[in-house]
Amino acid sequence: MRIEKRLHDSQLMVYLSPLLALLLTLISGALLFALLGRPPLGSLYTFFIAPISDLYGLSELAVKVTPLLLCAIGLTLCFKAKIWNIGAEGQFVFGALIGGAVTLQLAESEGFWVLPAIIASGALAGMAWAGIAALLLTRFNANEILTTIMLNYIAVNLLLWAVHGPLKDPDGLNFPESALFASQTLLPVLFEDYRVSIAIFIALFMLVVIWVVLTRTLLGFQLRVMGENHNAARFAGFKGKTLIWLLLCFSGAMAGVAAISETNGPVGQLIPTLSLGYGYAAIIVVFMGRMHPLGILLASCLLGLTYLGGEMAQIDQGLPKSITGLFQGMLLFYLLACDLLISYRLVPKSRLAKAAVSAQ
Amino acid sequence: MDISMIENILFAMVRTGTPLLLVALGAMMSERSGVLNLGQEGMILVGAACGFIAAYASGNLGLGVVAAVAAGAAVSLIFAFIALTLISNQVATGLALTIFGTGLSAFLGAGYVGQTVTGFNTVAIPYLSDIPLIGTALFAQDLLVYLSFILFAAVFVVMRYTRLGLIIRAVGENPEVAHALGYKVLLVRYCAVMFGGAMAGLAGAYLSLAYTPMWSEGIAAGRGWIALALVVFASWRTERILLGAWLFGFASILHLLLQGYGYEISPNLLAMLPYVVTIIVLVMMMYRQKNQGLFAPRSLGQPYHPLK
Repeated sequence: MRIEKRLHDSQLMVYLSPLLALLLTLISGALLFALLGRPPLGSLYTFFIAPISDLYGLSELAVKVTPLLLCAIGLTLCFKAKIWNIGAEGQFVFGALIGGAVTLQLAESEGFWVLPAIIASGALAGMAWAGIAALLLTRFNANEILTTIMLNYIAVNLLLWAVHGPLKDPDGLNFPESALFASQTLLPVLFEDYRVSIAIFIALFMLVVIWVVLTRTLLGFQLRVMGENHNAARFAGFKGKTLIWLLLCFSGAMAGVAAISETNGPVGQLIPTLSLGYGYAAIIVVFMGRMHPLGILLASCLLGLTYLGGEMAQIDQGLPKSITGLFQGMLLFYLLACDLLISYRLVPKSRLAKAAVSAQ
Repeated sequence: MDISMIENILFAMVRTGTPLLLVALGAMMSERSGVLNLGQEGMILVGAACGFIAAYASGNLGLGVVAAVAAGAAVSLIFAFIALTLISNQVATGLALTIFGTGLSAFLGAGYVGQTVTGFNTVAIPYLSDIPLIGTALFAQDLLVYLSFILFAAVFVVMRYTRLGLIIRAVGENPEVAHALGYKVLLVRYCAVMFGGAMAGLAGAYLSLAYTPMWSEGIAAGRGWIALALVVFASWRTERILLGAWLFGFASILHLLLQGYGYEISPNLLAMLPYVVTIIVLVMMMYRQKNQGLFAPRSLGQPYHPLK
């Protein structure tokens, strides 16, 4: 087999590649389960189907999709403009920290403004955290991949410090956790007995917003041009720095809202292990979803499912929960491998030889 | 501050700097050949997990180190295949390697959390370790630290004085010309990436078998990323990597110093220091150079396909 450049990128492969990657991941997963001495198909069923085979399972999927989708919405815009914001995780954690502090302050407050204030505080905190990376990039030209990663670690340590110190529950038997959030500061759930909250609507609304922005506005055009060619963007007079600020801050705000959807939703307090790596998984969502709003919706369902599947595999089969990360990594690896077929095609060696003969 | 305290600080500085030195040497080699591998963190983790498991199961530390190096090289081969043969985006592929490595190591190591092995002991070199001030820091360390010195010297010599070093640099600066001269660009890059993987695996073994002889999830704690920043800081020069690794090592143990003076600061806040220092260093470097392109290998991160 030889790799040969296509004359034009294959649009078909753009959409086929994620499906192919999923298929390869499933096959590898089956092999992995077989290696572990588990029934391959039965285990795949446990991982990918059983978690969402009832209404409660589906609502739990929506719970996982909410933070993933929110983070991915922000990252989509960044990645389109080739701003490699790897910091959704840190923006999420810092948003949770500040949002949590505000929530604890408002424990006694009543009123319609309480929840909007909490959501805004999370969004602003995430925005501020991303703003640091924007400042470092625009003012000092410091590589945003490295700065956002460093900010992730700093944010996690800040959260640890807070739950070990100032925000620790005074009546909490010395566990590194905040007090439980007061009930009026929690996001209302959609249905009784289910955990999915109104935050899913915020996520879906923002998804429509970026869809409109990407397809119908000058801004969407600008960031596409910037992603395709930095020089062309500068030549056309786009203000690169303004765009960097805008995209990073928006992305941070989305991660901050994602954090509130967790802390003031299913979690209900600040704990050291708040984020289950949503900020990183969202990166996979963006790639799997082809940076298209509909695509990232589907991809966040898939990635959300890997979390549920990991939990199910732990309960049902006694496998470590971290199998989730393994599946996520495989998905991205296979996707990147399959993406070869977008701009290249595989030609069997025999056909190459024939072509050479007929050319003579 | 008395002499013994300075000696202790220098000793801890070299120890803490060792994993950074190992990873950064490997990352630099791979970047010099033109490949940006952001998967360092994942490779360290896989190395640390496999090294610990092998040492725990066999009771042989040496076997643990071999397993770690092999595991690091093996996962780097996945990266190399996708990024080089399948011509993918190197940034995304490196991230994938980190995500995959984090997941794989947590999965493999899940049954070993909380277990311990007897790690590498320090071996004082007679006479040399008695040198005041620097003796203990340089000559009363464990075997892996000495190995890191040897590897540093080897990389330094290869990059500076050998034909192989020239070939690697040529491939990184201008793969088309290197190809025209008859060098196998992809082969050189494969080897450089796998050397990087082996080094990251070794760093992992150092963490789980010497530095803190145990396995815990995420034991690398961002060292892979710090090492990548270190390569930028060192302007892709071997000798500056050694200096940088020790500087970062020093930043990571500042809290010992502060505690020595009786300051009480939350350990969680102090744990932020290396990351803050990394950001500050990145800013200073970029501000000074204005244009990092002057130092970075010219084809860094650019895919290369001979049949383009």
